[in-house]
Formats: sequence, structure tokens, C-alpha cells
Amino acid sequence: MKILVPIKRVVDPYSRVRPLPDGSGIDTTGIKFEINPFDEIALEEAVRLRERIGDVEIVAVSLGTSECEEQLRKALAMGADRAILIETDQLYDPLGIANELAALAQEFQPDIVLMGKQATDDDCNQVGQMVAAILELPQATFASKVETVPGGVRVTRETDEGHETLELNFPCLITTDLRLNEPRYVALPGIIKARSKPLDRRPAVTSSSPKIRTVRVEAPPARQAGRMVTGVSELVAILKDKGVL
Amino acid sequence: MSKLLVIAFAPDEAVRSVGFAQAVGLPYDILFLTGEPATDLGADRCLAANLSEVPPADGIARFLADFAAEYSHVAALSSMRSKDVMARVAGRMRAGMITDAIGVESPSVFRRPILAGSIIETVETLSFPILLTFRPAGFPKPERTGASSVELIAATIVSAATRVAQTAQSGTRPDLGQAKVIVSGGRPLRDAETFERVIGGLADRLGGAVGATRAAVDSGIAHNELQVGQTGKIVAPDLYIAAGISGSTQHMAGIKDSKVIVAINKDPDAPIFEFADLGIVADLYDAIPAFVQALGDS
Ligand SMILES: Cc1cc2nc3c(=O)[nH]c(=O)nc-3n(C[C@H](O)[C@H](O)[C@H](O)COP(=O)(O)OP(=O)(O)OC[C@H]3O[C@@H](n4cnc5c(N)ncnc54)[C@H](O)[C@@H]3O)c2cc1C
Ligand SMILES: Nc1ncnc2c1ncn2[C@@H]1O[C@H](COP(=O)(O)O)[C@@H](O)[C@H]1O
Repeated sequence: MKILVPIKRVVDPYSRVRPLPDGSGIDTTGIKFEINPFDEIALEEAVRLRERIGDVEIVAVSLGTSECEEQLRKALAMGADRAILIETDQLYDPLGIANELAALAQEFQPDIVLMGKQATDDDCNQVGQMVAAILELPQATFASKVETVPGGVRVTRETDEGHETLELNFPCLITTDLRLNEPRYVALPGIIKARSKPLDRRPAVTSSSPKIRTVRVEAPPARQAGRMVTGVSELVAILKDKGVL
Repeated sequence: MSKLLVIAFAPDEAVRSVGFAQAVGLPYDILFLTGEPATDLGADRCLAANLSEVPPADGIARFLADFAAEYSHVAALSSMRSKDVMARVAGRMRAGMITDAIGVESPSVFRRPILAGSIIETVETLSFPILLTFRPAGFPKPERTGASSVELIAATIVSAATRVAQTAQSGTRPDLGQAKVIVSGGRPLRDAETFERVIGGLADRLGGAVGATRAAVDSGIAHNELQVGQTGKIVAPDLYIAAGISGSTQHMAGIKDSKVIVAINKDPDAPIFEFADLGIVADLYDAIPAFVQALGDS
């Protein structure tokens, strides 16, 4: 079986980010970059599938600048067999990214495209569904459990009401939610071993102009600082006064 | 032609979508996928597909992509379901998409939160059609106007994915997305039983809904559909009571539009006190029973 796992390099979700003064982007001075947490979960799930069923090849792919190598090396250390960097300095919108990932999938013919539901920087939650649409694959987004069944997978996915279970035949696309698994800690030997795994660079192959464009970014309006109250009866009185009780 | 199609996955989404539709400022049609359509929402055309349930994304997206071909804008209220489907419609139409719009500057320029709400992005669509999901909180509630007649739409939907099981909304509490009062609990609620008794008890006393942090959901104390935040539900009640919640960026991303936020936390340095309108430094196991009692006296 082959599994393709897209990996996005994002600012550390636990860091505090500020807009640049001219609103052209995020001030990244002193900020760490990580694998998008949802993609780490996707990769972990791919590795667990291999541990369960044996013969699985896992390819990690990232679209972006040469800096993404750092995250791809980590993906190799976590257990990907090889990595591909689609190298570009250009900014892509989600459909542009989806086109590139779909083109790679057409070449590689994975049984499963397994990826994050959302990038924690742009919070778009689009690319997976777009890749599935372009390749006409059945999809199960927001997966919290993945089991293999003959010829396909059974996926429990999170919904507004709770969860549902879908069965999909291979090839298919799955996006991960937070509760699918807890990614493993990568120890030093893994990192050293990963240095000898293949990481290939290639240029982007599709060309379509972006459909959307960021005009500016800014900090949200600050919430008014609140006040501390000393006791519950005071709290109840204030809430009644505000008309919310 | 410039025209907006509003998609209502559930019938109650339509009335909550009109504020956004009117902010875009284009004439709009509403397509009800399921349930009884409302005809007094100011739509040019009121369309009903009469599905018994929303089919898996691949099938419904194919239908919607064909149906939406004549519109410049196609929008739906943000939900896990609309995100699952709308981005697939965009992919099928090779169109752009804007997720979680919270403001409209013009029919081609929208505002949306990124990085868990710590930054607001202004984004422009360079081509049409454009797909959108939006959060209703920032848009005014509509006046109900003029009745249009209902046009039935034939929808034959084939999905490659098979739905084999599904949970339905359970219990009698209001829906998180629409509740006026929400009581949420975090990690220190020891177990599911304690969570339900303490957090659920106060919520019921206030006629409110129950929410939870990811930490509470991950440790099995609360159900996943109760998670509030960047990757859970986005809420906008009149009153949000956060008990035993530290105030992570990811959690606060989901509650910013609440009118009054109350924090109960035993650590005076907890970050949530920077966001809360009213804070009490207290053990929630003392404060919540006292709260219930203070309500009972009145
Ligand atoms: C990609 C990503 C997405 C995420 N998405 C979400 C999301 O959507 N929603 C979400 O909530 N989180 C999300 N998180 C997790 C988030 O970062 C925090 O870890 C989480 O919100 C913490 O939950 P908590 O406040 O319950 O727990 P903690 O941070 O452990 O805080 C518990 C608080 O309870 C207080 N306390 C302890 N005992 C008592 C007591 N007896 N009485 C009163 N106070 C007490 C403590 O002082 C502390 O402040 C996400 C994280 C990542 C990386
Ligand atoms: N530049 C990229 N390189 C590789 N994968 C990406 C990239 N951007 C997005 N993705 C994938 O698409 C998912 C959803 O991203 P988004 O739609 O931007 O929220 C992410 O979790 C990744 O798996």
C-alpha cells in the first residue's frame, strides 16, 4: 500500500504572533516553525497503519521554500520512507496547493492521501477536500479513527452532532482531527537514521493564477480589560444588572 | 450575473444566514437541502431539495457544483458539515474559497480570522465564482420579509462513500451555536460524571448549553461535539462561563464574540483573566455550587 502525507510548515501554534507594522504579513522574528499539528497526526496514523498491516510506503510532501526541508527531515525521522519538496518561493492559495498535490498524487498513485484537516496558520480547512475533488476520490474529513477493511477503510469522523462512520474504497482521501492519535516523540537515533533517507526536490508543475489574495493582516480589536469580583453573590448581581441572567 | 446562493444544510441555518447575505449586498437565492423551507427571508428564489439527510461530501458536492454554476457567490454558515462539503464544491468548480468570513467590505473583499483568531486577514477574491463559509455572529439579525414560493429541485445523489453509522444531537440542552448561555469546563473536572454534575448542573439551572476545552475532551471528560475553540465550535452567547479553563489562544478563538465572559479559576495568573469581563479567583468546586445557590435565592 502507498500513503501520501502532505506536510505544511507553519508557525509554532503556541507562539504569540503579531502583524508586521505595514500589515503585509506576520512578524516571524524569533518565531519557531513546526510541522502543522494536524499533519503530524496524519503522518503518525500512516506509520501506525504500516505497523499494523506491514507493506506500506509512506511519502511525505511539502510545497514551499527550501526551509520546508526542516519539517520534511522531521517527517522522515517520524517514519516517512521518503520525502518530496515541491520547491517554490511563490505564494499559493489553497486551490493552487491542491492542484500541485493532486498532480503529485497522479504520478505516485497512493491508496490513501492522508492529511491534516486544517493548517493552523491560515485556518482554511480546504486543501484536502479540494484534492479529493480534483482526483474524484471519496473523502472522510475530520477523522478520529481509521480502520482498514478489505479494499478500503472504515473511518469514524467528527461531525457537528458527534460522529459518523464512513466506508471508503481505495483510493481515498482522509483528513485528520486532533483526537485521531497522539504523535510519537522522535528520539535521536530516528533523527540520525533519517539523514540517509531520500529527500528529493522538484519544481512546481501546475500553473494557474491564484483565485484569492491576502490584502492585509492586522491585530483583532482588543477586548476591554475586565474586572475581578470577590464573591459569587456580587457576580450574580452584576450579571443580572447586565441583563444576561 | 452577480448573485449569491445561500446553502442551508439544515433548515434553521437559513434565518441565521440572511444577515451575511444582506451584508454582501447582492440578490440571493436560498437552497434548503433538507427540511421545511422558510419563505419569508427576503430571497429571490426559495429552493428545496427535500433530502432526508445530507449525503457524504463527494455526492452532495457534485450536485451543488452543477447547481451553483450560474452564481457568482455560493455561501453557507460555517460548520463542520459545510467545511467538509463547500471546499469540495470549490475544488470541483476549480474556484477559490474563503473560510469563516466575519466581515464584508465589498462583494469581493472579506475579513476572516487566521492563526486561531490572533490575526484578522482581509482577503480579496480575484475570480468568480467564489465559495464562502461565514460565522453569523457579526452580522445583524434580519427582518422577515415577503414570502416567495418554494421551488422543488430534483436531486439525484450518488456517493462513493457509504455512511454506516451516525450519532444524532442528543439531550434537551440548546445547541452550542445558538445558546444564549454557555457553561464550559476544562481539564480540572475530574471525570465525565463530575463534569456532567458540576458543569451540566449549572448549565441546566441557567437554561444554557455545555461546552468544553480540548483538554477536557481529550481526557474523555466531555464529548467531542462540545469542544469550543479554533478547531471546535465557534460560539457567541450572551453569557459564557468558563470554569477551570486556562485561556489558551485556541480556546479563546472560539468565544471572542461572547457578550459577557466570566472566568472561574483558582490561579490568579491564569491567562483567561486577561480576556474575561468578570473574573473570580476561586476553586470551581466551591464557586459553582455557591453560584447555583445564589441563583436559587432569587
Ligand atoms: C492545533 C491545536 C488546536 C487546538 N484547538 C483547541 C480548541 O479548539 N479548543 C480548546 O479548548 N483547545 C484547543 N487546543 C488546546 C489548547 O492549546 C489548550 O491545551 C487547552 O485549551 C487547555 O485546556 P484547559 O484550559 O481545560 O486546560 P489547562 O490549560 O490545563 O487549564 C486548566 C485550568 O484550570 C485551573 N484549575 C485547576 N483546578 C481548578 C479548580 N479546582 N478550580 C478552578 N480552576 C482550576 C488551572 O489554574 C488552569 O488555569 C488546541 C491546541 C492545538 C495545538
Ligand atoms: N504548502 C503545503 N504543503 C503541503 N501540504 C499542505 C500545504 N498547505 C496545506 N497543506 C495540506 O492541506 C491541509 C489543509 O490546509 P488548509 O486548507 O490550508 O487549512 C494541511 O493540513 C496540509 O496537510
